[in-house]
Formats: sequence, structure tokens, C-alpha cells
Amino acid sequence: MNKYIPNTQAQKAEMLSYIGIDSVDRLFDCIPDSIKDRNGMNIPEGLSDIELEGKLRSLSGKNLNVNDAVCFIGAGAYDRYIPAVVKALISRQEFLTAYTPYQAEASQGLLQAIFEYQSLICNLTGMEGSNASVYDGGSALAEAVSLSNSVKRKSRVLVSGCLNPRYRQVLDTYVRYKDMKTVEIDSADGVTDLESISKDDLAESGCLILQNPNYFGCLEDMESASEFAKRNGLHLIVSVNPISLGILQSPGEYEADIVTGEGQELGNGLSFGGPYLGFFAVSKPLIRKMPGRIVGMTKDLEGKAGYVLTMQAREQHIRREKASSNICSNQALNALAAAIYLSVLGKQGVVDVAKLSFNKAHYLYNGLKETRLFKERFTSEFFNEFVLDAGVNVKQIQDAYLNNKILLGYGLANEFSDMKNSLLIAVTEKRTKKEMDLVVEMAGDMS
Amino acid sequence: MIPKHLYYTKEHEWIKVTDEGLYVGITHYAQDQLGDIVYVELPEVGDEFEASEAVSVVESVKTASDIYMPVKGSVKAVNHALENQPELINSDCYTNYIFVIQQEDNDLEGLLSADEYTKYIEELDQ
Amino acid sequence: MTKLIFEKGKPGRRAIHLPKMDTPDYMNTLSKKYMRKTPADLPEVSEPDVVRHYTDLSTKNFGVDANFYPLGSCTMKYNPKINEYMAALPGFSDVHPLQPEHTVQGCLELMHCLQQLLCEIAGMDAFSLQPAAGAQGEITGLMIMRKYLNDHGLEHKNIILVPDSSHGTNPASAALAGFTVQTIPSDQKGQTDLQQLKEMVHDGVAGLMLTNPNTVGVFEEHIEEIASVIHSVNGLLYYDGANANAIVGIVRPGDMGFDLVHFNLHKTFSTPHGGGGPGSGPIGVKKFLEEYLPNPVVKKDSDRYFLDYSSPCSIGKIHSFYGNFGVLVKAYCYILNLGREGLIQVAENAVLNANYIAKRLGEFLKIPFDKGFMHEFIVSYDTLLDQGIHAKDAAKRLIDFGIHPPTMYFPAIVSEALMIEPTETESKETLDRFCDLMEQIYQEGINDPELLKTTPHTKTVRRLDEVAAARNPVIKYME
Repeated sequence: MNKYIPNTQAQKAEMLSYIGIDSVDRLFDCIPDSIKDRNGMNIPEGLSDIELEGKLRSLSGKNLNVNDAVCFIGAGAYDRYIPAVVKALISRQEFLTAYTPYQAEASQGLLQAIFEYQSLICNLTGMEGSNASVYDGGSALAEAVSLSNSVKRKSRVLVSGCLNPRYRQVLDTYVRYKDMKTVEIDSADGVTDLESISKDDLAESGCLILQNPNYFGCLEDMESASEFAKRNGLHLIVSVNPISLGILQSPGEYEADIVTGEGQELGNGLSFGGPYLGFFAVSKPLIRKMPGRIVGMTKDLEGKAGYVLTMQAREQHIRREKASSNICSNQALNALAAAIYLSVLGKQGVVDVAKLSFNKAHYLYNGLKETRLFKERFTSEFFNEFVLDAGVNVKQIQDAYLNNKILLGYGLANEFSDMKNSLLIAVTEKRTKKEMDLVVEMAGDMS
Repeated sequence: MIPKHLYYTKEHEWIKVTDEGLYVGITHYAQDQLGDIVYVELPEVGDEFEASEAVSVVESVKTASDIYMPVKGSVKAVNHALENQPELINSDCYTNYIFVIQQEDNDLEGLLSADEYTKYIEELDQ
Repeated sequence: MTKLIFEKGKPGRRAIHLPKMDTPDYMNTLSKKYMRKTPADLPEVSEPDVVRHYTDLSTKNFGVDANFYPLGSCTMKYNPKINEYMAALPGFSDVHPLQPEHTVQGCLELMHCLQQLLCEIAGMDAFSLQPAAGAQGEITGLMIMRKYLNDHGLEHKNIILVPDSSHGTNPASAALAGFTVQTIPSDQKGQTDLQQLKEMVHDGVAGLMLTNPNTVGVFEEHIEEIASVIHSVNGLLYYDGANANAIVGIVRPGDMGFDLVHFNLHKTFSTPHGGGGPGSGPIGVKKFLEEYLPNPVVKKDSDRYFLDYSSPCSIGKIHSFYGNFGVLVKAYCYILNLGREGLIQVAENAVLNANYIAKRLGEFLKIPFDKGFMHEFIVSYDTLLDQGIHAKDAAKRLIDFGIHPPTMYFPAIVSEALMIEPTETESKETLDRFCDLMEQIYQEGINDPELLKTTPHTKTVRRLDEVAAARNPVIKYME
């Protein structure tokens, strides 16, 4: 018997006899023999724990992990420091092995933690309401458009040409089936050019999507974008980098309608792309339209404060085909990690991590653009990520760095036809001056 | 229980014909089925709808119910009191209307009389 | 009541020690207009404050490591520890998704192998691991159906049939993928009403979504005929894998006639639920739908693994990267660890445990669909309504005894429903204790109804006012 099954043969026999049958097979008599096929499943024999661990360690060893290298890749996932506290606390079985907190009385711990997560996201973004998280940064944006559309009911979605192309692809997949289409807005010097939007597109659109800092790392003029959106009756949807909000204007300050973003940076490992979390926050008028789970504070029958999942009448299990989202989970454990991470960072820490990232990125940028190997692509201001153009094949440059265990940025050739030799480089608080001096020195040697 | 002077629909809405327009609310039967009402999503004044189009949503904790346009027309006014006190519908569903319709014609075809509606819910309860 | 993290700590306290700035300061180059005006109001706590706080919260929660969790339709089985350790290996947990392909061959190999294992278990020809949850698996499958039908000149097929007992995500996903939803009634045995189905099927039907065993726990014994009815109008059959724990290794959805399948790795394949996520909902298809799977798919070319974005028919991306990889590692470990025999034992013991409990509870409770149910079953707790006892009263009483309540009021077709799923990882001792308690609670309902109506009595809070929460939502901390 597999080791996760406690019942012995004797116990099974006792249970079968109580039920009044002679064999477990009788329990499967309801399945027609014509489709039953116990030999059809070609799965190898089970591995012992020792064999399993050996196999997994060998697979793991085939990957280069960022602890054994110096990572300057960003583009939507960032190599940030994760305090030990975060990992220790989210490993507690009471969080890890719990189900969704539908039974409020037995789940006050997680409900309160999610309430705190929602509050932390609201405070960071300056928004009035946050849900308990969605799958990732891309799906958060798709959900934002769906929410906006439930109010505006227009056929087009204005999307910045400086949006993360993977988010754009996810968005395109989702809107295709709702009789909507995305319209890309041109960019100039690495930022969105709102003046380029046609009158026709403006009239047919219900929302405007910007990313800030955008995919190229550049800072958008969000205040102007917000005024533009208001003037044209559009919802302003912004996808933000959460750490940047330590120093950058919050979406609440420029009055965005919906704020989304990738929460991986908030205490979640890179983990080859997931699990991450999409955070999702809105202005007051949209709170009742938010997709996903939401925790609210209330009182028990003795008047004591407590927490419950609330506003559930919006959700798929009640609204069924009329629901504006089909989401029926959140990335609870990842959201918990984000909450603990933000608590650890605290008021000053989030500013410090943002400043460290900003300063280090500018140090590397200034160093590299002075070499003859690279030249600057944009003059717009940036946060912790920037684009440089290489004089020679960018792949060769990256390979040369990789030989020194340096993952130097992400090539944009596949995503942007006019960026054949462009490199998107990210710098986090983990990078040191020494590492960056080596990068610049190598660039000098290569040019 | 069922006021005689109103019209009704099979979706459990009542309609009161006045000079200012058609007042629309939900019946006692509907509010009883829903239980404690926690939110009423009101339509925008000026929005135009065909008959039977979903105009508004009434939510309780465990369920939500669409309110359908009983006749073709536009929304002339909404009951703002429900924004902060949705429970008014529970306490007095025939006074607390949800919205008022401006009709272009005076066509009331398809609406039920009080007697017809009484009969209809009797059948439902069986 | 535990204070909120915002109410703890003191101005100036810190829980992180960051490195000193080792570069020049460029902050003066940042334009003032881009700068934050007021700092984010985050807590000011020390590391011990944070640890005490969240440890305290954890003690007010309910995990499967500590307690029996017979939550129907959720498959709350034991989550093996070795899988957690393996997923935490730095070669998995600290790898950037955009690293050069040759530096992530181990990740890709693992995904490729898992795709193949899931194909074997499902009886499908290709799998995508991208969906981050069961509901995302569903919408991905429905988008595949929509695009396939459109590409074959069958735009007019726009009706998706779902049983009246289906999970809410089924109709919601179908509507979001652009379909119209129609509901098929269940018959007396809790199965799809075959006669009704035949009457409802016509050329406009795009497909049927079905869980098998279905949401009342009963195996759809006419599944082959259902499949042929749907296929006779060129419709597609979608398998919702929510209940796959009952049939893994016994019968494959592909052999039942299904064209698409999603599995919930957090149910059948034992990855922890994490308090509501992360999950993973891989989607599998028959050969003729393979090219519609979301981009990218992991492929193998001699001994090199790669991410293939080349299919022109693909519905596109549905995840920012490749899915919940960390969850995939755990499910992969589980399948390798158990192997073929181990997986068959999962289904056998899950079904045996459920049938044993049902037989015991059937002595005093009403079980509406008592034939042919598998890994879970429904109790209709409507026999004590005269005493004012509802299903939730009995369910919540279990909390006082350290057992998580069963799923309540689902599916809606049964009044006062309690759905019970013990899973295979519980011993007869645990099942007996549960049955004894259920009997005790039933007696309490007769003799002391007030006791039940006010449960639970042992937690930090009593029953909570959900009406007030929804009427005047307080969803963030305010000083």
C-alpha cells in the first residue's frame, strides 16, 4: 500500500464486510467494463523517497539558479531578497495545508491575514479597495478589462505599446471571446504617446491601459494620462511595479480607476514563472464590481470583531453564467507571503529597497552607456530597469557574460521588431557595486 | 398581501403606473426568496432598455437576482435611498421602488394583473 | 481578537537590515512630479513582532496536517512533505523564467515529463501546464473549443450544456469564452437525464461540460451514450477533473469519450491548497485539438527541451509565464512517488472510505443518491428542520470537535446538503470517530437544538454577521 494510505488490509476487509461487499472492485461496478482499462495507463512503478530525491536533485542541478549567478534579468519577474521570516511563516501547516476560508469561525487566522494583505495593497497603491489576489500580473490586467467593460460596454481597449508583451498576449486571449479588441497606442522615446490615438478609437474605447514603470523601465506621465482618461470618459487601468511605489507617485495620487500588477516581487521566489500573484485594487465606485475573493470585517453574535469572505453574490458560484469573472480561488499563500514581506519591509524599508534599486540601476546604466559596446536607447527617466542597444549581436554579448555566470538582461528581439539588438536590464537591491563594476569592465573589454 | 392597483411580471416585479412614469420594484414574494438584501445595483438615469433586458441587480448574501425591464423605455429616476439602505426593500417592498421608467408609448402588454400574479405564485408554491 | 499588524509596533521599529548604499545617489535626477507625495502607510514592526503576529494568526486556522477535513469536492488529502522539499530546491525555486533555454533544461524536462504522465492518466494526447487553477483550465479548454469550431466553419455552434448540479465555474467559464449556457436536469439517480439531453442536443450545441463522477459523487454510467449523443452533432465533450480522485488509474476520461480534460493538481495530485491557492489546472486534449493549446508548449527535440511558440492555431497565452511551476514540481513528485499501483490505490481507498462512511451515516441520516456514488456523497440534513436545525448547524458543530465541516449547500439541487469527501489518506479510526460524532450531533439536534444553533463554541469568534459585512463592506484597515 502506498505510504500515504493508513488503512491496513485487515481494516479494509472489515470496512468491506460492513458495507456488505466482498471486494473493492464492486465499488467500481458502476463504471462500464467497456471503458475500464487498468492496463492502459503507462506510468512507471513508484520510486522510493531516496530514488525520488535523487531524481529531483539531478533535474534541479541541470538548471542555473540565480544564487549561483548574478541576475540582471527582469521583464516582469525580479530577483529580490526574500527575508527568511517570509519563508518560515508561510511554511506553517495551518496556512499551507488549509482550504479557502469559507468556514469563517475556523479560519480567522487566514481571513485576518488576507484582510491585512488587502489593506497593505491599498496603502501601497493609494486605492480604496483590494481583492485577495488573482493568478498573476497578466491575468490581473485581463480581469481589470473585464471589470471595466461591465461598466463601460465598449468594443475597444486602448493599450500602451510599452506594456509587457506577455501581459498583452494574455489580454488578447481573454478579450477575443468578448467581442472586444485591443488597440495599441504608439510610443515615443520609450513612453506612451497618447496624442497618437485616433478619434475613432477613442470613441469606441472604454478604458486606457498603461504600465508604470513600463516594460522598458521608463516612467510614464501618469498625471497627464489620468487627465486624458477623465477628459475622454475612459477608465484608467495601470499595471504597476509594487516596489517602485516606495518612491514613485501612487496610483491613488493620480486617481487611477483600477490598479493591477505582478506581486512576485513581494516576497515570492522566481520559481521559473510561478506561482506568483496578481494584485488588484480599485477606486471606491468600483469596489462592488471587483472580481475574486474579498475579505470583510464584521462582528460575531457577541459583538466581537471578526472576518468573513464577503460580497460573494458577485462570484461565479452564485452568478454562474452571469458572473463577470470565473475566478474561484486566489493565490492565498503568495498573497500571505506578500503581506508578511510588506510588514517586514515596513514604512521605511519599502522606500529603502526602492531607492537602492533606483540608484544601483542608474549606476549600471551610466557605466554601461559610457562603453562603446552599448548605447542608450531612450532618454526618458526610469526606475530600476532600462534598455540599451548593443553594437554587435546581443546574443553573443549575453553568452560572454553567461560564461562568467552573469545573466545580463533579456533580449527584446523576439518581442519588438525594431529592437533586434536591444537588451532590457534590471537591477535590484541584491546587486552590488562590485558586480556591476565587473559588468562594465567586461563591456569595456568587449568593445 | 398583493396590492390590487399594481401590475406584475413573472420575474416578480411590480409596476405602478403614474403620471411621472412607471415605478418598478420587487414583490414581497421576491424579497422573501432573496432574504436579507445587502445591495441594489441601480441603473444609470437616461439609459435605454428593451423589454426583458436586465436593468439592475438585487443581491443578498447567498444569491443575486436580476431585475428586468418590464416594458421598453428609459430610466427616468432611481431610488437613491437604496444605495445606503438596501434593507428598505425587505421592510416595505411596495413603497420602496427601485427605478422609474419613462415610456415612449403606453403599451403595457404582457404585464399581469394582481389577480393573475396571485394565481401565478400560488402555482409556484405548489 | 488579534490586533492587526498595523496596530502593533512603534514608530521607528524595523524588521529588515538592508545593505548600505554602495553607489552614488541619483535620487536628485528623479523628477519631482513622478515622486510619491505621502509615504505608504506600512507597519513599523520588529522581526519578533512579525513572527509572533503571523504565528498567532496561524494558530487560528485549520490545516489538513492537524485535522480531518472531509470537505466535499475539494479533495483535502494529506500533502506529502518530500514534495515541498523538492519544490524548494534552488534549481527550481530560484530560476528566472526568462533565462536562456540551455540554463533551464531541468525545469523544461520536468514539465515535459509531467505533460506525458498527465496524458497517460487522462487518456489524452497533449497537455498544457499553463492554467494556474481549475477555473483557468476550464476557460482555456472552452477557448480551445471556440477557436476550433470557428476555424472549422462552425461559428453557429454556440451552446454549452452543463448539468444543473455543475460547479459555478462551468457556466461562468463558458459565458466568458463567448458561449450561451443551457442547463440539463439531473434524474432521480443524480445522473444526467439522458432523455432530456437527447431532446436538447441539436446542431447549435458546441459541447457538454461534465464532471465524472459528477458533483453529487455519482458515476455517469451512460457516459458512452452521452459522448455519442454529443459527438453525433459534432459537439465536444469537456471533462472537469474536479472529482478525478475517484477514478485515477481506474478509468481514463479519454476512454470515456472526452475530448478535453482539466485536472486540479491541488486535489488529485496532493499539492497543498495554501488557504485557497496557488493551485494548478493543466488542460489536456485529444490529438485533433493539440495545435490549439496555449503558447508556449514544452517540446523535445532529440535531447534538447524547448518552449514552442510556433503553433499558428494556438489560442494564445493565458499565463504571464508558463503556469504555476512550483506546484507542478510537487505534483510530478507525487506521481513518480506513487507510480501506477500507488495511483490506483488512491482511487480504491478514496472510494472505499466514502462508501464506508456513507453506510454508517445512512443508519440515521438521509442520503439522497445512495447508489453508485464514489469518493464523496451528499447527506440531506433536512430531517431536523422541525427542531430548527439546518445543515450548517450540524456542520459547524464539528468545529468544536476539531474536524472541518463538510461542504455545505452544494450542489443546490439537494436541500440542506452536506457533501462529504474523506479522501484515501484517512484511517478507519478517524472515519469511525467522525461517524460517532455525526451521530452524537444528530442526537444533540433532537435533544438540545439550541446547542447546535449557536455553534461553534470553542473558537475565538462565534457565528459572524455576513449580512452586515456585505451591506457595509469594510475591506481594509482604517485608523
